[in-house]
Amino acid sequence: MQRFLPILLVVLMLALVAFVRPSAAQDLAATLSGLTDSDPKPAIAALTQSGDDKAKAALAALAAGNLYTRLSDGAVVIGETDGALIVVTNAATGEIEDMAKPEELQVIAVSDDVKSLLAGAVPAASSGPVDFTTALNGLKSDSFADKGKAIEALTDLGDVRAIAVFRALADGRLFLRKSDGLMVIGAPSGNDLALTSPLDGRALGAVSPGTLDPLFVNNNLRNVLREAVGRLGLSSADPAARQIAANALLDNATPEAVALLRDAYGRETVDGVKRIMALSLAAAEIAHPDKVKRLDAIAVLGAASDLRVRALLQARLNQEPDADVKAALVKAFDRMQTKITLYSYVENFVQGISLGSVLLLAAVGLAITFGVMGVINMAHGEMIMLGAYSAYVTQELFRALLPPGWIGAYLIVALPVAFLIAAAVGVVIERGVIRFLYGRPLETMLATWGVSLCLQQAVRSIFGATNKEVANPSWMTGAIDVAGGLSVTWNRVYIIIFCFLVLGLIALILKRTAFGLHMRAVTQNRQMAAVMGIPTARIDAMTFALGSGIAGMAGVALSQIGNVSPNLGTLYIVDSFLVVVFGGVGSLMGTLVGALTLGVVNKILEPVAGAVLGKVVVLVCIILFIQKRPRGLFAAKGRSADA
Amino acid sequence: MTKFMRTMAAAGAMLGAVAVGSAPALAQDTIKVGVLHSLSGTMAISETTLKDTVLMMVDDVNKKGGLLGKKLEAVVVDPASNWPLFAEKARELISKEKVAVVFGCWTSVSRKSVLPVFEELNSMLFYPVQYEGEESSKNVFYTGAAPNQQAIPAVEYLMSKEGGEVKRWVLAGTDYVYPRTTNKILEAFLKSKGVKQEDIMISYTPFGHSDWQTIVADIKKFGSAGKKTAVVSTINGDANVPFYKELANAGIKASDIPVVAFSVGEEELAGIDTKNLVGHLAAWNYFQSVKNPTNDAFIKQWKTFIKNDKRVTNDPMEATYIGFKMWAQAVAQAGSTNVDAVRQAMYGQKVKAPSGFTAVMNTNHHLSKPVLIGEIRPDGQFNTVWQTKGPVKADAWSKFIPESAKLTADWTFPWVCGNCEMPKYAALTN
Repeated sequence: MQRFLPILLVVLMLALVAFVRPSAAQDLAATLSGLTDSDPKPAIAALTQSGDDKAKAALAALAAGNLYTRLSDGAVVIGETDGALIVVTNAATGEIEDMAKPEELQVIAVSDDVKSLLAGAVPAASSGPVDFTTALNGLKSDSFADKGKAIEALTDLGDVRAIAVFRALADGRLFLRKSDGLMVIGAPSGNDLALTSPLDGRALGAVSPGTLDPLFVNNNLRNVLREAVGRLGLSSADPAARQIAANALLDNATPEAVALLRDAYGRETVDGVKRIMALSLAAAEIAHPDKVKRLDAIAVLGAASDLRVRALLQARLNQEPDADVKAALVKAFDRMQTKITLYSYVENFVQGISLGSVLLLAAVGLAITFGVMGVINMAHGEMIMLGAYSAYVTQELFRALLPPGWIGAYLIVALPVAFLIAAAVGVVIERGVIRFLYGRPLETMLATWGVSLCLQQAVRSIFGATNKEVANPSWMTGAIDVAGGLSVTWNRVYIIIFCFLVLGLIALILKRTAFGLHMRAVTQNRQMAAVMGIPTARIDAMTFALGSGIAGMAGVALSQIGNVSPNLGTLYIVDSFLVVVFGGVGSLMGTLVGALTLGVVNKILEPVAGAVLGKVVVLVCIILFIQKRPRGLFAAKGRSADA
Repeated sequence: MTKFMRTMAAAGAMLGAVAVGSAPALAQDTIKVGVLHSLSGTMAISETTLKDTVLMMVDDVNKKGGLLGKKLEAVVVDPASNWPLFAEKARELISKEKVAVVFGCWTSVSRKSVLPVFEELNSMLFYPVQYEGEESSKNVFYTGAAPNQQAIPAVEYLMSKEGGEVKRWVLAGTDYVYPRTTNKILEAFLKSKGVKQEDIMISYTPFGHSDWQTIVADIKKFGSAGKKTAVVSTINGDANVPFYKELANAGIKASDIPVVAFSVGEEELAGIDTKNLVGHLAAWNYFQSVKNPTNDAFIKQWKTFIKNDKRVTNDPMEATYIGFKMWAQAVAQAGSTNVDAVRQAMYGQKVKAPSGFTAVMNTNHHLSKPVLIGEIRPDGQFNTVWQTKGPVKADAWSKFIPESAKLTADWTFPWVCGNCEMPKYAALTN
């Protein structure tokens, strides 16, 4: 074999050469090498006559001084500078071959008279007056620069039809129909897209997204579009649209937009909109050549507490030549800064409460199984995961079976579903594993850990290892802007509320129902409870089911802020135990206070120490605390504590 | 009790058998291909797909009649996202199963863990994931991107007019070797471009970090200092979903503060609702949305193999594809699966990649590949907004870190060395 290798290699290479170099390309290569002769004119004439696209490209490169000879093999190549390197395209085959260093190539120089021969090959770009349809067609271009020009042309036309087009383009909802290349605007309607014409808003029916080619923009164009929508929206009849338009112009108004804004300000009758327009106008005038105007603008801006305004002031501060104006700027900036700093303390606190509520949700089920029953349940995290997967399945069922309008309600349905599924699995674990191990904590821990691995792998086998998408319903997306950059996201607000509801519910069950009474009785003195006729085995199972079910509901909530993957549970198990131990085993109140304290302390430390170190510090503090108070914050008192 | 324990043991054994189940032993005359990807634990989310990709490629070669007249046989093991276990399983594959080649690893720490095993037993590993560079082993072929094929071009793009002329940078990453090294390179690069220290914010978070409120709020504040700001994210694994959810809910739009990620691809986006993330960026060497015949065939092959029309392809899958094709070509060329012969045949091996370009294996064991920058689309795919005009050659050693700039990796005579300042001549005697 070894002996034949060189022969085989040669045959392979020959085959390769024959394959990639068809004869047409070979002819072209021969003609191209004529360009390096002392008189390149015959070669140029031959190339011009050939009418081949590759020949044209080579001539254009020659005229621009981008045609090279590669020193390694003498091939004629087109080079395009990209940073320090040159992208090498083989002129004969038109294929990009390599990135080369400048010293590996030699430019094919041409004399002036040859240059004049080459001139005239470049077609002149045409420019003329445009109408709406022509400008719209410009959006079909593949190049972002050309799209930008088309957007500009559309904005200059001042046609309000462009607003819908711009919005659709920015959201990726502007399409070309594959069948006939017609430009359409699509709005989601179930799994299909309802099409309208950008020209007259006529409905064109609903089709599947696969039959459309979307038109794309990049972030730069999105900013251009936002400004354009702002400019066009100022003359809208709807005050809300005018407000959005004015707000959009706050930090990126062009001079034309400012003129429009001033007109709109004069016409405006709604107070709230007028105020925002004043702010945007002031923002535009902060760089006005007139010093007085600048001072006025600063006075208006200084009263606001918006992060974007602060950014404007700060940017201006670096450029301001006049001392008076500079002083006013500094004053306005400082005042805003104090306000914003104050808000950021409030923000940290709110975030702490929010993190605390997540911890509380994750831990509250464990507070029952571990805290009340004393079972070290390592599979607790998997109950949370099962809850999250229940949310996913419910969502998929809603998407598949119900009309699109109902999707927002899936979360409400998912809660009882998750509770039942997790509770059922909890009962199976309790009856099948844990009841044999009461009083043997170490073995319980190992067995439940095994169960947790089994559950993880089972979910992985059924649903796959990848993350599942659980969408926030629309009523849970976005944030409330409280004031000056302080914003709280809706999903967190709901989670805080939900977590307290759950806690209240558990307290009610424990204190006010017969089941709760039995549960407490069994926990405090099993023999005595049994003697009193309480079915202890059933109570054990039900208690464990309750704890698991609540963990399942927590899973639904946590699916709204994080991953839904088979590993979901492992993320929360350590934190959950931490909260229960810190708060005091056996005390719901302890779990509540423990979770919130940990959340707030974590969030206060995070900006100072960083996320990694912050977590370390919290852990060390808890270890020290447990040394001092081994029973946690709220230690259970009395005989039961010693049982 | 004992009955229960027996049941548990039996269940455990069954589960183990399922996870580690290797393909049924075929006839003697097969070439064994080792697959060393985690199928359980934290990394299963990403690595399971790569295991399936290798199986797909093996299947493909076998359908076409095998290699050197023999069928290929995949030997799949599960290192369970456990770094020391990676080394054990690698040893098992090489010594016990006698595999000809291993495709595997995702995290850098797993690669570092198996490296000594491959060097000691002189075997061959194909590593398909973008990584921090600063390494070149004789026994590893790196088919993912080095920093100069991903991180640096992405930052250059954002600095350009087209990318929005970013002046202020947040480098956010998970706290381990890949983000730390990449950020070190990026920081040096940014400073070489005249970015001041106060315009760079660096933040690290633990693996699986789930509460992003503070960091997202910080980014929002850092980004409102009057200069265009961007976030360069080396956040890895599960932490990405809560990060993007928090970003979307906090109303940070890509047109205000774009986030460019190096570890988020189509597969990761499949777990996120992307409607609010449109315009955020990722830098890779391949996107599923790239249009060319090779890619169409690749996507079709994948969907047929996995029997699911909704599954996506991504960059590490493409890197696995390239690596596998190159290995098969090199074996055919060398006429043997002998590691030393195949290694020599690897250099200069070319594969028409699904990215639309021809990938070439260089003598530093890294690829020449194009760099693509894509924006997230509402459908969870990427739309290429910028790409290099041709393939870029990977630097095993970054030229932006002074101590590594001096080093050269070249495994052909006279260097024969992965980290030397001077050529090193291998002894010509046996």
